[in-house]
Amino acid sequence: MTRFIRPTLGLSLALACQSPAAAQLAGEVFIHDPSTVVESDGKWFTFGTRGGGLVSTDGWTWASGPVRPGGGVAPDVVKIGERYYVAWAVGGGGMSGGHASDVKIMWTKSLDPSSPDFEYHEVGTVASSDGVENNDAIDPAFLYHDGRLWLSYGTYFGSIRLVELDPESGRRLEGNEPVDIAIDMEATALLYRDGWYYLLGTHGTCCDGPNSTYNIRVGRSRDVRGPYVDNMGIPLLKGGGKLVAAAHGRMIGAGHFGRIELGGGIEKMSLHYEADMERSGRSVLAIEPLLWRDGWPVAGRNLDPGTYEIQSARSGNALQLKVDFVRIPFDARASFMAKPGDPVKPVPGQSLADVGATWPKDAVRVDLSAYMVRPNQHWTITPVPEAGGWFGAPYYKITVAGTRRALAATPADEVEAVPTFTGADAELWRIDQLTDGSYRITPKTHADADLALVAIGASTPTLARFDPQSDAGRWRFVRP
Amino acid sequence: MKIGSTRWIVMAASLAPLAAATPALTREPPVPPLADFFQPATTAAAAPDADGFIRRWLLLEPVSKPNPTNAVFTGSYVRAALAPRNFPGRFGAVPRDGAATADGALRWHALDSTLWDVKLFNFAQALGKPKYGVIFWAVTVIDSPREMHDVRMAVGSNSASVWWLNGAEAAALFDDRRMVMDDVLSDRLTLKKGRNIIYGAVINGPGLSDFCLRFLDADGEPIRDLAIAVQ
Repeated sequence: MTRFIRPTLGLSLALACQSPAAAQLAGEVFIHDPSTVVESDGKWFTFGTRGGGLVSTDGWTWASGPVRPGGGVAPDVVKIGERYYVAWAVGGGGMSGGHASDVKIMWTKSLDPSSPDFEYHEVGTVASSDGVENNDAIDPAFLYHDGRLWLSYGTYFGSIRLVELDPESGRRLEGNEPVDIAIDMEATALLYRDGWYYLLGTHGTCCDGPNSTYNIRVGRSRDVRGPYVDNMGIPLLKGGGKLVAAAHGRMIGAGHFGRIELGGGIEKMSLHYEADMERSGRSVLAIEPLLWRDGWPVAGRNLDPGTYEIQSARSGNALQLKVDFVRIPFDARASFMAKPGDPVKPVPGQSLADVGATWPKDAVRVDLSAYMVRPNQHWTITPVPEAGGWFGAPYYKITVAGTRRALAATPADEVEAVPTFTGADAELWRIDQLTDGSYRITPKTHADADLALVAIGASTPTLARFDPQSDAGRWRFVRP
Repeated sequence: MKIGSTRWIVMAASLAPLAAATPALTREPPVPPLADFFQPATTAAAAPDADGFIRRWLLLEPVSKPNPTNAVFTGSYVRAALAPRNFPGRFGAVPRDGAATADGALRWHALDSTLWDVKLFNFAQALGKPKYGVIFWAVTVIDSPREMHDVRMAVGSNSASVWWLNGAEAAALFDDRRMVMDDVLSDRLTLKKGRNIIYGAVINGPGLSDFCLRFLDADGEPIRDLAIAVQ
């Protein structure tokens, strides 16, 4: 066993710089081939090619500083018991013209260099490619499930392979032979959910900035050894793969998937974009919602800024400022009695100018009611990145459209709209997309207590403990 | 479709000549008796039902408040119409079964609903009182075996209503309201150990009228270990 010298490089989240306003995540987010994001010592870590890594306390602002010795490319990390196993590859990848490579394993009890438990122990090589065979032993990825530890690896140069490791030692199980499970992939990841094993990997061209065609694909199998097939039944060994994530907006070249299970019905994925067009086209870390539809993983989206109806999944009612209902002038009797051939004309909708002056000036409670396309039912969602964020999404302010009235948590754990947004924590909200595509709305002040906006009655919202199994805490944002 | 009562007025008008020509069609079926919906409250304390609904109430015969539509029941209107100052008696006290209002026009009835909800329309109809354009006042007393914190009063009503616990407003349901259990929940409340007095007022224009009320604990589970009396 080789013992690496404990590095002394300190972490400095304080050095994290502000991100461009439109970009995702804040701080120093530059990385290629990020490993699965894992928690250690109250911080979140990911490691990339060449030895560096990123660390964050909130999943939003990232800083360089983590240490992974051994160099090489595309590591992965899994925690089993007290150990963090790290897999990485040395050689191969077509770099310098070769495909001879070794996948190595090491472990440490902490990923935080400031911890006394931070000390890497090398286990050794668990998979290799000889440079001639149709395999390139790089891009390792762990799956620990049901007491067994699996490792996938490989690139476009031949097949993706699977081996089994001993979770006690990290070594390859004696007598275990690699199994081919896919082609046309690299940067694979394995996960298990509801009786299915999923093999995710990247298709397309790597490492060409804004011209990289990288995109993340998936197949699934009842057996971890395969056969993995996509949604059309095409085997991944024949090039199949259902799309999970691709370029969008100013982010180009989605690759190197990692699953982040945050509890409370929230799953996210880590990935890199080959080019963040707001950051000089450099390769960056991203964290985005992960949805599940019909048993398949699908990339979600952070909520786009804009004006919405906020609809309760419990009752279908809309969140609204609790003010007097103002009728639209209308002669219902004349309308009922009108003849089919009578001329028609547009009827103006109700505007803020029609009713805003009737609203109380002070804080107003909110409730839920049938959506009527009324001004007190429309909310403008605006990112407030300067206030920070949480796992891939900034904090948001939620204001009544056209006003400064802001949704706020009260000291009594109820919800109201204060007259003016001040930037106070009680007026900042996390909006996290849940695996079914709906959203969880969490006040910054109550996130640690796991309280969220919950419809406890058909017409009553409050702040209550979030139950991922219930529609009470699920919300949909619907464009008016 | 209460707001659409206009439509039924139109239809009824068109059928009027036919009704006059065929008297048999106008024969009204008998009004369902009070016993179909209520039993007289007993002197023994009652408990909430299995779902926590409180079925024992003192109900005042309906107060006239003509309204041809429920569309007027905005928050401002309802707060004014159902203000405690409009209560025909001493707000906060527990009326006696059979007692009359000061003017002698209306009487209190101590009843146990045989259903989970309290059928106000049928209460009025069975007594031969006005069913539409009215305000119903309801009072009950719950005896809590201990002080309970973070409790919520969960109310549904048809139509709008306001509810008080020990003299403080706890829940308000505005607009043209339909009966939905757990429609509106109060903020977190404390039930005192011993007697807690609940007042409610339901306003209705056309159509049926009823309400339901229960208390939920901090986990949203119904509270059943309460003794309900109206003496």
